[in-house]
Amino acid sequence: MLPMLQKSFFGWIRPRIEYEILPARLPEPDHIAASKTVRLYHPKSDKKNGSPLFRVGDKVNTGQKISLFTDDPAYVIATATGRITSISPFTGDFGKSYLAVTINIAETEVLDNEFEAVIQNPTLEGALDFLAFVPGKPPLSIFSDPQHDIKTIVINGVDNDLLVGTNQYIIKSKLNAVKRGIQILKAITGIENIVLTVAGESLQGYGHLGVEVKSVDTAYPSAIPRLIMKNVLGQIVPAGQRCEDLGVCFFSAEAVAAIGAAFDNGRIPITKAITLIKKDGSQKLINATIGTPIEDIFATYGVTVNEKDRIIFGGPMRGSAVYSLEHPVQPDTDAIMVLDQSQAAYASDYPCINCGECARTCPVKIQVNLLVRFLEAGQYEEAADYYDLYSCVECGLCSFVCVSKIPIFQYIKLGKYELERAKTAEGSNA
Amino acid sequence: MLEKKKLIVSHAPFWHSGSRVTERSYHTIFAALPGVLLGFYYFRMPAIGVVCLSVATAILWELVINLVSRRPITIGDGNAAVIGLLFGMLLPATMPWWAVITGTFIAIVVGKQIFGGIGSNAFNPVALAVAIMMVSWKDLFDFDGMLLNYDLDFATVYPIAAAKYFGTEGVISFNLWDLFMGRQIGGIGATFGLGLVVGGVYLILRGFIRWEISLSFLAGVYITAFVFHLFDPIRFISPAYQLLTGYTLIGAFFLATEDSSSPVNVIPMLIYGAAGGVMTVLIRNAGAYVDGVILAILVINLIHPLLDKIRPKALGKVV
Repeated sequence: MLPMLQKSFFGWIRPRIEYEILPARLPEPDHIAASKTVRLYHPKSDKKNGSPLFRVGDKVNTGQKISLFTDDPAYVIATATGRITSISPFTGDFGKSYLAVTINIAETEVLDNEFEAVIQNPTLEGALDFLAFVPGKPPLSIFSDPQHDIKTIVINGVDNDLLVGTNQYIIKSKLNAVKRGIQILKAITGIENIVLTVAGESLQGYGHLGVEVKSVDTAYPSAIPRLIMKNVLGQIVPAGQRCEDLGVCFFSAEAVAAIGAAFDNGRIPITKAITLIKKDGSQKLINATIGTPIEDIFATYGVTVNEKDRIIFGGPMRGSAVYSLEHPVQPDTDAIMVLDQSQAAYASDYPCINCGECARTCPVKIQVNLLVRFLEAGQYEEAADYYDLYSCVECGLCSFVCVSKIPIFQYIKLGKYELERAKTAEGSNA
Repeated sequence: MLEKKKLIVSHAPFWHSGSRVTERSYHTIFAALPGVLLGFYYFRMPAIGVVCLSVATAILWELVINLVSRRPITIGDGNAAVIGLLFGMLLPATMPWWAVITGTFIAIVVGKQIFGGIGSNAFNPVALAVAIMMVSWKDLFDFDGMLLNYDLDFATVYPIAAAKYFGTEGVISFNLWDLFMGRQIGGIGATFGLGLVVGGVYLILRGFIRWEISLSFLAGVYITAFVFHLFDPIRFISPAYQLLTGYTLIGAFFLATEDSSSPVNVIPMLIYGAAGGVMTVLIRNAGAYVDGVILAILVINLIHPLLDKIRPKALGKVV
């Protein structure tokens, strides 16, 4: 596998970039456990008036639910036994705020058994109460949201970035857990219409799952939810709306498998499957405890990280770079990629030369060359009203092909974020 | 914690296809070389002098503007060199030095930098410069007069001018193959049909220019000329002559395809090119000027933003 995809010699042919397709038989991945501490990102809402339920110094058990505030339903699941050594604010991408809960791992592990009471009688409330932090981060709260009437669940067995094989691995190796997860999902949500998407043509061997199996084209970016909606389900999501608004909700295969495993074992799963992508582009599937600092993983595999390298959570096209080796594995970390300084793409402040590569490569036919001019000028409303900002599925291909190396994808994300912020500000003033 | 490694955080994607502005410029120069070299062979030292001066002063003007406007130095991207080279290729070999320098000033400063530099020019800088020079110093673009003293082994008659004044009679002595192989007088780099086509096809295959524009331009020229020829075969030359004389080929492959002044969607590109071809023949056959390519390209440059309004509907677009 090339460390970086190059433009083909015959540049007029639009390149077909393929997703990673895993072989049918896979070795059992290694398990990496955290060495000293685990860190968990507890979502932080603006209104935290309630009294804190956990303090620094409190002892927690593996699998215990940590909900920091009384009036906030958000929680994390302790993935190790030990004492909480710090609770500090952490700001993620685009201003998302969290409270980072660090747990010092004790020598003896004690398993929490609060969840066992739930498995006898699976309910949506029980799942919501304990399974929002399992690997794959199932979007369970959508079912209790009265604004959305979910009719279809799509289980995405294809990873949505290049080089990543995490969900494919789940489909190939943990089909029993997926099957159990599907039964649980049907039982707790009452939704019978479940679609499983798998990569490529082969639809054999999924008959016992009791779901509709559909194949997704293996060319990037067909596994992005909006494109699955269009190509697989034949539904077009209007710009500015989400798939959920059309009654379709997406689960990753891993989330479904985790739900299945939780109800099978009576324990909340805390192990995340991750594709580790090394500097030479080689991949390795590993299992790591949620909250494990990435330096522990790198130490195990002898990955050396130098100054100015990039560490990416997610794949090369859509992932997000982190700035610290202490950053922990999160429930939705499908891949960790290490990129040498010399291999990473850099952005430039060169102007758009209007070559049109972006517009021709865009999977949803956005006029990117014009859109980016509005975004560069900070005219986000115009960008959304006239140049289809909200049609973007965020595949990153425009930035990938840009001759001027304009960070178009970043402009798009920023534009959406700023518009969202303006909307919330207006809402709270009204 | 002193030994904490500093990582770079940037936004996705973390890969890039590797295409660069510099790459586009230098490949364009490379593709133009066959045409230029044959021009050097026939028109000798004066031609080399004109092209070198044109490239050099184009780069210098760009540098001057960069320094005066205190903006980053952009001569490294090769765009100024491309403009200088293409401008030089359109000139007669005996162009006086002051005219070359004035021309590159118009191309770089008026045609490109005033609009904000690369990517912002509404018109093709080369076409704009040639148009202004052609209007200002008509005699300098009278190829018959300018190249009078050349002793070549083919007729020193500018075919497209002969066609203008004498119709089919004027060009009947020219062999089409000779015209294609560059055995005609004209702009230094604009006469060698084979070289320009090879260069153009190279750029199309490598993805630096779009086939839609070049082919529809040539088709526009051919079809319009065909209709004119059908209507009056004595007054209007046959379409093959239209394609192989004047600036037609260099216009189709190197001028009309300039990125910033051409559309990006397929249908607009086809209309853009075809309109250029039609305008070219209209100006040649019915207008006042000998060659219509330059003015036709300026006209299509003008309509390009309007044409790009014809665009595919984005996924989920709400009208």
